[in-house]
Amino acid sequence: MATKLTNAQIAWRAAQDLPDGSYVNLGIGFPEMIAKFKPKGREVIYHTENGVLDFGEAPPAGEEDWDLINAGKKAITLNAGASFFHHADSFAMVRGSHLDVAVLGAYQVAENGDLANWSTGPGSVPAVGGAMDLVHGAKQIWVVTDHVTKKGEPKLLKKCALPLTGVGCVTTVYTSLAVFDIVDKRFVLRDKLPSVSLEELQAVTEAQIVVNGTPGDLNVPEL
Amino acid sequence: MDKIYPGVADAIADIEDGMTVMIGGFGGSGAPIELIHALVERYKATGAPGGLTVVNNNAGNGGIGIAAMIDAGMVAKMVCSFPRSSDPRAFTDRYLAGEIGLELVPQGTLAERIRAGGAGIPAFYTPATFGTQLAEGKPVAEFDGKSYVQERWLKADVALIKAERADRKGNLTYRKAARNFSPLMAAAAQVTIVQARKVAAVGDIDPEHIVTPGIFVNRVVEVADAQQEEALLRAEAS
Repeated sequence: MATKLTNAQIAWRAAQDLPDGSYVNLGIGFPEMIAKFKPKGREVIYHTENGVLDFGEAPPAGEEDWDLINAGKKAITLNAGASFFHHADSFAMVRGSHLDVAVLGAYQVAENGDLANWSTGPGSVPAVGGAMDLVHGAKQIWVVTDHVTKKGEPKLLKKCALPLTGVGCVTTVYTSLAVFDIVDKRFVLRDKLPSVSLEELQAVTEAQIVVNGTPGDLNVPEL
Repeated sequence: MDKIYPGVADAIADIEDGMTVMIGGFGGSGAPIELIHALVERYKATGAPGGLTVVNNNAGNGGIGIAAMIDAGMVAKMVCSFPRSSDPRAFTDRYLAGEIGLELVPQGTLAERIRAGGAGIPAFYTPATFGTQLAEGKPVAEFDGKSYVQERWLKADVALIKAERADRKGNLTYRKAARNFSPLMAAAAQVTIVQARKVAAVGDIDPEHIVTPGIFVNRVVEVADAQQEEALLRAEAS
């Protein structure tokens, strides 16, 4: 396959779907990149697990206040209208269905919406953070991920092999090749790269892809 | 009523072997470094308190704060959600050598277990972990067609907390995101020990601004020039 999206391009594509006026939690690492590609004119309020609502961009180097960080322990700034709260209130926002979207990374996603993103199995120090809470409660759970692993193995599966983060929770998957909505426990293709044929896409996807009508073109600018 | 203690060493002097100690903070934000280091100094000087169970979101970073406790050998077990950091060696080395225990708890469940401990709620149900390894052995029940996992309260003998302002009655405010777990831990511990940047006169803190009411606080020490864990780590690294 000739082309695939970079992580920045996957983040850009997901950002185009951020609803105006929404409350959003971006997972640490790759999903955090989505914020900088938010379309102009849309107001999105970001939540971070450690008790801040409505934070903005990172401060310039040298101006960090290390009491003001996000869940990834990175320095942040506040937007006008920001608020602080303790951890139990923060996760009330999460579990209580007050967030519109939570975006996470993934090792594996299954066609029924199961997500595996916290453990690669025995032999390392397990760490879960807020992922197991975030996958329950937000109205939509998006995953951003390369379409395959570094070894080229499919990540969109019939059933996850790695330890689960949550059962039946993922609603949309943005990959380096395509965008899928999970509907009735199937990967329904929304967009794909014009340069990738359906056959090529299916060849790197273990689960059966469902195509309803003509999929849209996944057109993303060079970034 | 006067909850003010003269110094951090006095405030932590009666913490005993085997106690469960909740420590406020998320990464370096809100970590009560001076209280922790007083405890480490006491352990190095006297051999006590050892065998502690420490509750915090993380498991230490670099060689200060909770990492210093682990390095000193006074921690038997960590209860946390994310035992990783930019420099997690203190915990990782001991964990992989089987020298320290780990109870891994999802972050929201950790917060709610501590909240429940302080609120007198022995157990509750949460959707988090349903269908995962972390739910193994726990009761599951269905409510309105959805499955939930039963979790139990978490309480502690002692909580170590960093506050921004305090008064002699124990009322507290926090600074920015340094609040995180601290208000929950203050309520969940038998003895809550606070280091505050500034001790104000009673009445100086507007009641509308008090985040932790003094009923949850037992001891207050003023540490005016408190160190910030992340700033300290970065200064050491550069």
